Amino acid sequence: MKKQTVETLGFNLFRLGSVFVVLILGAILFDIFYKGIGAISWEFLTAEPRMGMTEGGIFPAIVGTLYITLITALFSVPLGMFAAIYLNEYARQGKITRIIRLSIRNLSGVPSIVYGLFGVALFVRVLHLGTSILSAGLTLGLLTLPWTITASEEALKTVPKSYRDGALALGATKWQAIRTNVLPYAIPGMLTGTILGLARAAGETAPILFTGVAFFLPFLPDSPLSQFMALPYHLYVLATQHHDVEKVMPLAYGTALVLIAFVVGLNLAAVIIRYHFRKKRG
Amino acid sequence: MPGMVSKANKSPLPPFNKRGMRGDFKPGRFRWQKAKERLIASFFFFNGMVSIIILAGIFSLLFSEGLPAFKEIHFSDFLQSTWNPTSYVKATYGLGAIMVSTLMVTFGALLIAVPVGLACAAYLAEIASPRVREVLKPIIEILAGIPSVVLGFLGIVVVNPLIARAFGIPNGLNALNGCILLAIMSLPTIISLSEDAIAAVPKTHKDASLALGASRWQTLVRVTIPSALSGIIASIMLGMGRAIGETMTVLMATGNAQAMPHSFLDAVRTMTATIAIELGEVPFGSAHYHALFVIGFVLFVMTFLVNLVSDIILQKYQEVEQ
Repeated sequence: MKKQTVETLGFNLFRLGSVFVVLILGAILFDIFYKGIGAISWEFLTAEPRMGMTEGGIFPAIVGTLYITLITALFSVPLGMFAAIYLNEYARQGKITRIIRLSIRNLSGVPSIVYGLFGVALFVRVLHLGTSILSAGLTLGLLTLPWTITASEEALKTVPKSYRDGALALGATKWQAIRTNVLPYAIPGMLTGTILGLARAAGETAPILFTGVAFFLPFLPDSPLSQFMALPYHLYVLATQHHDVEKVMPLAYGTALVLIAFVVGLNLAAVIIRYHFRKKRG
Repeated sequence: MPGMVSKANKSPLPPFNKRGMRGDFKPGRFRWQKAKERLIASFFFFNGMVSIIILAGIFSLLFSEGLPAFKEIHFSDFLQSTWNPTSYVKATYGLGAIMVSTLMVTFGALLIAVPVGLACAAYLAEIASPRVREVLKPIIEILAGIPSVVLGFLGIVVVNPLIARAFGIPNGLNALNGCILLAIMSLPTIISLSEDAIAAVPKTHKDASLALGASRWQTLVRVTIPSALSGIIASIMLGMGRAIGETMTVLMATGNAQAMPHSFLDAVRTMTATIAIELGEVPFGSAHYHALFVIGFVLFVMTFLVNLVSDIILQKYQEVEQ
């Protein structure tokens, strides 16, 4: 075969791989949207499940997911930002820094169900928080922490060294330099990264299975220590635990669509924040 | 002459103090500021240490919660093949079948995800035009963001009937279904990290190859990809770690049979699924409860090792680059 033919063939083979990946995503989104949109109505979004979850809506699950995402954010966003500031601004090259980085990488590889086990042992049992919004949110917070740290550090890295030097040369202390000349430029990037992390946390099921999510609750949670319903778990329940599969299938598709919309919505918010601040900075 | 008036008084700045600095600070203020800086630095240091503390905490808590299991269950029991702690005849705690199941779906998934992922990564890094790349990269990010429970759901309602029809079997909730879903889950990891590795190959390598008369294809396959191999292997290891630890998709789509699987069309039950199914129903503090933490500990060690190896490969690779 000619060199040219082989090249065209090879390149097209690789292109085929990429097309395949796009098709997979397209098929997933299309299937969920096409079969889920019929279930979406005002009632579906604002009512409780009724008649053994074969009718009604998913309002408690939406609220529950919002609550745990909030707890997750309150826990992991400050902690992740502070850790990133340490790593990028204060840490010197050395053994401790290497170990910190190694643990961050390994934390991001720990299976989500293992975080669930850890959450049961620590938050539910040792700290006596019970199965609650707080336990589940904190468990998800631990899960997102490595992503938040990495994303925040990436944002800090994009601020040029000269910004810091300028402040230091004018007699500012290190913290003053960071506060006035680094953070204002890094925070949009940090937010973008952390929102992406939160979006992934909102879709997680395994860590909340035993730390607070409830099969069915007819009312909304009234304190951080009460149990809750969540979109991903609700989808799991509808898809696998329900006896009347045919009847709940449209509801399951609707739940999947709302969950995906929530996750993609957070992603879009992150992109818009990034775009907005980039334009402002000029 | 008016110009002879002492300069210090005419300057808009405050006069020099004893320390040779302008300003009205007292020495104590410096000390306070220094202490404050040190306080802030140690605050950030503590926050930096949190990830070490969490990792150590996970390790020690899994260990201490798993250890009591050995009071009632002999170590060799864990080496048996069948996991059936709720059996009416005799509770068995063998990890054999569930470990084989986990490895089976993981490697099956890699068989699908590695060729597709590599093709996509190479296309993105070397062949695609910038515009195509700008469209493809967010698509891969969105794919990474699809919740695993949604994929598991599609495994039940879409992949399941497809497999059943293709192989003429009553239902398609089996290892193959899990492989397909896990492949989709690990694709984004493999693609984005491999692409980074391929794009990081120095241009001089490629130029040298092109100058010797190689075509772009020959350069890509014989020079660029081999040069990026360590990064590619590391990305595959990370994808593998993700597949080993994935819970919801395998829980929903693989059928959860406890027997030792013999083919990809058998229903399997992975380690992660076993924890997910049983932890909710097990009495707190029983041997069974602690045995689930043993599974968690083994899972933790497996993914830890996979990540560590990929880390070492990457580290070596960066050293060679520099």
